[in-house]
Amino acid sequence: MTTASIEPPQDTHPVGPARHERLSALVQQHGALAVLLIVSLVASLSFDSFATGDNISNMATSSAFLAIVALGMTFVIITGGVDLSVGSLFALGGVLAAWGSRHGTLVALLLPLAVCGLIGVVNGLLIARSRLAPFIVTLAAMLGARGLMLALTDEGADTYLIGKGSFLAELGQGTTLGLGNPVWITLALFVAGAVVLRRTRFGQHVYAVGGNEDAAALMGAPVARTKILVYALSGLLAGLAGALNAAWLASGVTILGSGMELDAISAVVIGGTLLTGGLGYVSGSLVGVLLLKVIQNVINQIGSLDSSYQQVVSGAFLAVVVIAQTWLGRRRQLM
Amino acid sequence: MAEATLRTLPLDKARVLHWLQRYGVYAGVAALLVVNTVITPYFLTVENFRTQAVQVAPVIIVALGMALVIGTEGVDLSVGAVMALAASVTALYLGYGLLPALLAVALFAAGVGLAGGALVAFVGVQPIVATLALMVGGRGLALVLLPQLKDLRNPALASLGSGDLLGFPYLILIAAALALLLGFVMRRTTFGRQLLAIGDSRPAAQLAGLPVRRVLITVYVVSALLAAVAGVLATARLQASDPTSLGNLMELSAITAVVVGGTPLTGGRVNIAGTVAGAVLIQLLTATLIKHDLPPSWTQIAQAIVIVAAVYAARGRGKR
Repeated sequence: MTTASIEPPQDTHPVGPARHERLSALVQQHGALAVLLIVSLVASLSFDSFATGDNISNMATSSAFLAIVALGMTFVIITGGVDLSVGSLFALGGVLAAWGSRHGTLVALLLPLAVCGLIGVVNGLLIARSRLAPFIVTLAAMLGARGLMLALTDEGADTYLIGKGSFLAELGQGTTLGLGNPVWITLALFVAGAVVLRRTRFGQHVYAVGGNEDAAALMGAPVARTKILVYALSGLLAGLAGALNAAWLASGVTILGSGMELDAISAVVIGGTLLTGGLGYVSGSLVGVLLLKVIQNVINQIGSLDSSYQQVVSGAFLAVVVIAQTWLGRRRQLM
Repeated sequence: MAEATLRTLPLDKARVLHWLQRYGVYAGVAALLVVNTVITPYFLTVENFRTQAVQVAPVIIVALGMALVIGTEGVDLSVGAVMALAASVTALYLGYGLLPALLAVALFAAGVGLAGGALVAFVGVQPIVATLALMVGGRGLALVLLPQLKDLRNPALASLGSGDLLGFPYLILIAAALALLLGFVMRRTTFGRQLLAIGDSRPAAQLAGLPVRRVLITVYVVSALLAAVAGVLATARLQASDPTSLGNLMELSAITAVVVGGTPLTGGRVNIAGTVAGAVLIQLLTATLIKHDLPPSWTQIAQAIVIVAAVYAARGRGKR
C-alpha cells in the first residue's frame, strides 16, 4: 500500500486512467443493479413460483418498510455518519401508531413521526454540537428507544391493535393498481429523496459535509445544521416505516426491528454508497434493499435450505461488496 | 477550531472534569455499592456477590478483547456472533470430549478473527463494516450448524460452568486471570506498545516500521478468541447450547463497558482496569434496578444515559 502510493504514477497511456475511472464509477453505481437483474433472472428461470404476480407484490410490500429506513440511512451515511437507532425507532414507531390509533388517525400518524423525529434531533444535536461519535450516540439511542417502547407496552406484554376499516389500516393494507399502498409511498419518498439530494442546496451540503467536513465548514456550509437535519430525517423515516408496518400488520408488534439497522446499512453499502461519506446514491439503496429481499426469497424457495443460510449469504455478500468498493476506491485514488 | 475559546475553562472545573474522566467509573461503582448497602436488603451477602460476579464474568471477558480492538481505533461487532458460534461448535464436538471441542471452538473463532483482521489490515475496510459482515454471517453459520437449543450433558463442561476453587467459581477466576494477563500485555510488552501506537496514528506507525498488519490481525484474533471463551463459559453455565439468543447484544454491553471505563473510541489508549470496572458498573446498575422491581425498560434507558454521559465526559480527552 505504502510502496504503491510513494511511487509516481507510471501510467503512460493518456486514455487508460479515464477509462478505468469511468469503469470503476460505473461498477460502483450500477454493480448492485446488474447483480439484482442476474439473480432475478436466474431465480425466475429456476423457480416457477418466483416471477408470479403474487410473489413479486409480496416481495415489494415487504421490501417497502426496510427501503424507507434505508432511505434515511443513505443520507446519514453520505455525511460520513451512521444511525444504529433505526431498528428501535422502527419498533417504537409501530407501537406508537397502534397506540395512537385509538385516538384517531391523525394522532396515529403524527405521534410516531413526532417522537421518532425528536429522538433523531437529539441524536443530531449530540453528534453535531457536542461532537460525540455517531456510532456511540445512536447506539445509546437504540437502547433508549427500545426501553421507551417496552415501557409503553408493559414490557412487551401488551400489543395494541389497529381497528379494521380505519384510514390507517387502509393505508397499510390497501392496494392501488395491484401494488400495496406502502410500495407507492416508498416510491414517492425515494423520488423526493433523490430530488432533495441531487437538486437542493441541502442535498449539496450533505455531500459536502461527507466529503470533507472542514472544507465544507470553510466554504460556509452549515455543517452542524445539516447533520442535525440528516439524523432527524433518519429518525422520521424510521418512525414512518414503523407506523406503516404496524398498519400493514394491523398491530404494533414489539419484537420487530431488531437487526434492522444492520440490514439497512448493508443495503445502503451494497447500493454503492461509500461508508466514508461524500459519495452515494438514493437509487442504489433501493436496489440494495431489493437485492437483499430477492436473496431471502430465493433461499425460502429452496425448501431444503434453512432460513439461517440467508444470514450467511448476506454476510458474505456484504463482505464481497465492501472489498470490491475498497479496491475500486483505491484504484481511483492512485490515479 | 471553535473549541479554542471554549477550552479556557476555570482551572478547577477542568480539574474536576479530568478527575471524572479518570476515576469516574470507580466512583460510580463505589456509589452504587454504598447506595445498595443502605437500600437493598440482603445486598451484603456472599451469595449475592457471587451471583453478580458470575453474571458479569462473560461480559468482562468479551470487553477485554473489545478494549484492545477499540485501542486500535477499531470496533468489533462480531463478538456476540462468535459467542453463538462457540456454543454451536461446542455442542457439535462435545461427543469427542471437552478438550477436542474446545480446540474446535478455538479454530472456528480464530478463523472469524483472521477474516475480520485481514479485512481491516489488508483490504483496508472500516472495522465497523468488516465486523458487521462477520456478525451477520457468523450468527447465520452458528444457526446453520445447530438450528435450535440443545441440552448438553457433559460432567467436565458442567463443572467448568458451576464448579469452584476455594469458593471462587471458575468463571470469576478465569475472567480475573485474563484481565491480569491483558493488563500485563498492554503495560509491559512490545505488542501492547505497538497496539497503542497504531491506534494513535496508523500512518505514523507504518512509517516507523511497526508490523501494523500483524498487530491488527492479532488483535482481532484475540478479540474473537476471548469472545469464544465467554461463549463456552456461558454455555457451560447454562448446560445448554443456545445459538439463537446467546451473545445477543453482547457487542453493545462490551462496548459500553469499555467506553464507560474510560477507553476513548478514538484509539491510542486502553484502560483495562477501567474496562473491568465499567462492566461491573453496568452490572450493578442493572441489578439495583431489577432488585427494586423496576422493569427492564428502565434498565435500558438508564444504560443509554450512562453511555452518553461517559462519552460526553471523555470527549475532551479523545481529541488530543
